[in-house]
Amino acid sequence: MTPVTPALSVRGLGKTYRIGRSGQAPTTAVEALVARLRSPMARSRFTEFDALDGIDLDVPWGEALGIVGRNGAGKSTLLKILTRVTAPTRGRIELHGRMGSLLEVGTGFSGELTGRENIFLNGAILGMTRKEIRASFDEIVDFSGIEKFLDTQVKRYSSGMYVRLAFAVAAHLRTEILAIDEVLAVGDAEFQAKSLAKMRDVAKDGRTVLYVSHQVQTVTALCTSAIFLDRGRLTYAGTVDDTLEVYRRSFEKFAAEQRDPDRRPGSGALRASAVVPGSDVYEPADTKSFTVHVGANASLVGQYFVSCHVNDANGTVIAQCDSRPVGGWYDPAKEQEIRLSLRAPWLKPGRYTVDVFVCQMGVLDAWEGAATFEVLPGSPYPEMTLDEATAHGVVLADYDYEGR
Amino acid sequence: METVVITPPGRLGLPRWSELWGAREVLYRFGQRDVLLRYRQTAVGVVWVVLQPLAAAGVFSLVFGTVANLPSDGVPYFLFSYAGMLAWNLFNQTVGRAAPSLVSNQALVSKVFFPRLLVPLSTALSVLLDFAVALALGAVLLLVYGVNPGWAVLLLPVWTVLLLGVALGIGLAAASVQVKYRDIGYALPWALQLLLYASPVAYSVQAVEGLSPAVRLLFEANPMTWFLDAFRFSVLGLDAPPAWQVAGMVGVSALVLLAGVLVFQKNERNFADVI
Repeated sequence: MTPVTPALSVRGLGKTYRIGRSGQAPTTAVEALVARLRSPMARSRFTEFDALDGIDLDVPWGEALGIVGRNGAGKSTLLKILTRVTAPTRGRIELHGRMGSLLEVGTGFSGELTGRENIFLNGAILGMTRKEIRASFDEIVDFSGIEKFLDTQVKRYSSGMYVRLAFAVAAHLRTEILAIDEVLAVGDAEFQAKSLAKMRDVAKDGRTVLYVSHQVQTVTALCTSAIFLDRGRLTYAGTVDDTLEVYRRSFEKFAAEQRDPDRRPGSGALRASAVVPGSDVYEPADTKSFTVHVGANASLVGQYFVSCHVNDANGTVIAQCDSRPVGGWYDPAKEQEIRLSLRAPWLKPGRYTVDVFVCQMGVLDAWEGAATFEVLPGSPYPEMTLDEATAHGVVLADYDYEGR
Repeated sequence: METVVITPPGRLGLPRWSELWGAREVLYRFGQRDVLLRYRQTAVGVVWVVLQPLAAAGVFSLVFGTVANLPSDGVPYFLFSYAGMLAWNLFNQTVGRAAPSLVSNQALVSKVFFPRLLVPLSTALSVLLDFAVALALGAVLLLVYGVNPGWAVLLLPVWTVLLLGVALGIGLAAASVQVKYRDIGYALPWALQLLLYASPVAYSVQAVEGLSPAVRLLFEANPMTWFLDAFRFSVLGLDAPPAWQVAGMVGVSALVLLAGVLVFQKNERNFADVI
């Protein structure tokens, strides 16, 4: 392990998927045969889609690299290629050590097998030798806290136990490079903290961690540097803070593009024409209101509903305000002005975006970032405190304490 | 420290043997899982391993030996068809379990990397275990019927390995194609069924002697016939297969296995994208 060579280097990496057009790709041998017979000379029709393109990357030893980007930016594809689950279309990757992956907790677990059998099976699948599994067996059992159920079939486990055991096996991989995809969000808070600490230890050992997440908090907690992917391209690499700043700004750019209804997903049978917040700024405890203007389509049969998602600056959905649970169904024959009042929970100071979905059976209009608003710094609570009293948690709760 | 280079897949290629060897634990654990799962939550468990070939041989000797009264080369019909079932089950079960193995391990194939070749290969382990049990039972039957195969029995491992090669070759190719075209899952059992009746599993080659030369040539050209004859030579002490059949078995086994591995490797890099 000479310090000069990076743990892994990537040059000109690209992955192109073929997406079937019109006739779609044949899914049965007979269809393929018929298509070939019908037009033997024609090349199959498809459009190409670059999931990743022109990625150059060097990751030094001991680095915990966070990979951030919007949905569909290619984060998971990159990780899948690096872990050799899927093959690249272009480019070259050199891994200077064994690569282990925690892509999804519990894949390869077999419900019929006992916990003990699954530890050995899963360990082997993840690339451990029998000696390595034996050596870390006690540690794995200890970490998962399921020693009493070691000889019980896994299908009888609670989902919490299942996930803890699965993570414990994966976390004790002794590979030099470790790829993790969104798996830290499992288990209760205590187990999450334990997992995060374990991952940090991995990086401290001089091994290398690649971490994909939508949860910005965990990237901050775990990573020493980060890269930002945008539509399959690596557009920024740097410190965690700078990269996250780029990531947050990308939301604003995206919101501007979404204002054009033709660029939005959804069937388009009905489009929201405007989403107007009652105010641009609110106090944390204010009732936040939004008015959704939806156009009319007389030929659309049946009523529709709307759903507004409120996201914080990290892109985490903190509230789904769906009109169905509160009886909000609307007639598409005439234009509608639908008003949403969000009373609780109280929101922390910061910038928020609202995604608006107009739906029937399917999604008619999906408008991400339809509105933004700001919650002013301020406390809804009666006493002034240090920031740390409200720093944890995603929202501010309305609560009281009573002592006896 | 070893360096792994990942590049776009080429058209044809053999697997990296060192990687397969390094991951042999996966083979063993998959095999163990198959064996454990098959008989867990069954009332009589391992008895099924013994019951299945016995019942099949019993049915065959009843239908073909007693009802149709086909010849069995002078060996008790039950023993004759039992020896045939030994070879046939090894082949049939290996193909039948290897072919759907990738699709049934879909979650694994699309999420974790390990040499995928090990998934269909591992299915052979549980088949071999069944084979061993059936073989032991066969030895008991030989004692009961007082049949002594003699030294020919020493060649049995050779036929077993060769037949396994053919079965794995077909199984590997079928498994990798089934990832994209699930048709294989419907067509293969049907094709195997056809092959069962087209091969002298439950009857002797003597039964087709009266037929036209063209049909007989077809029987002679069926590699399954060679293997069945070779198995009966080693288990029942019947006539030794001619040299050309032995050469044929080696050739077919090597060719089919190689072709199977090549087809598998060609499809392998796309598994995660199309499964």
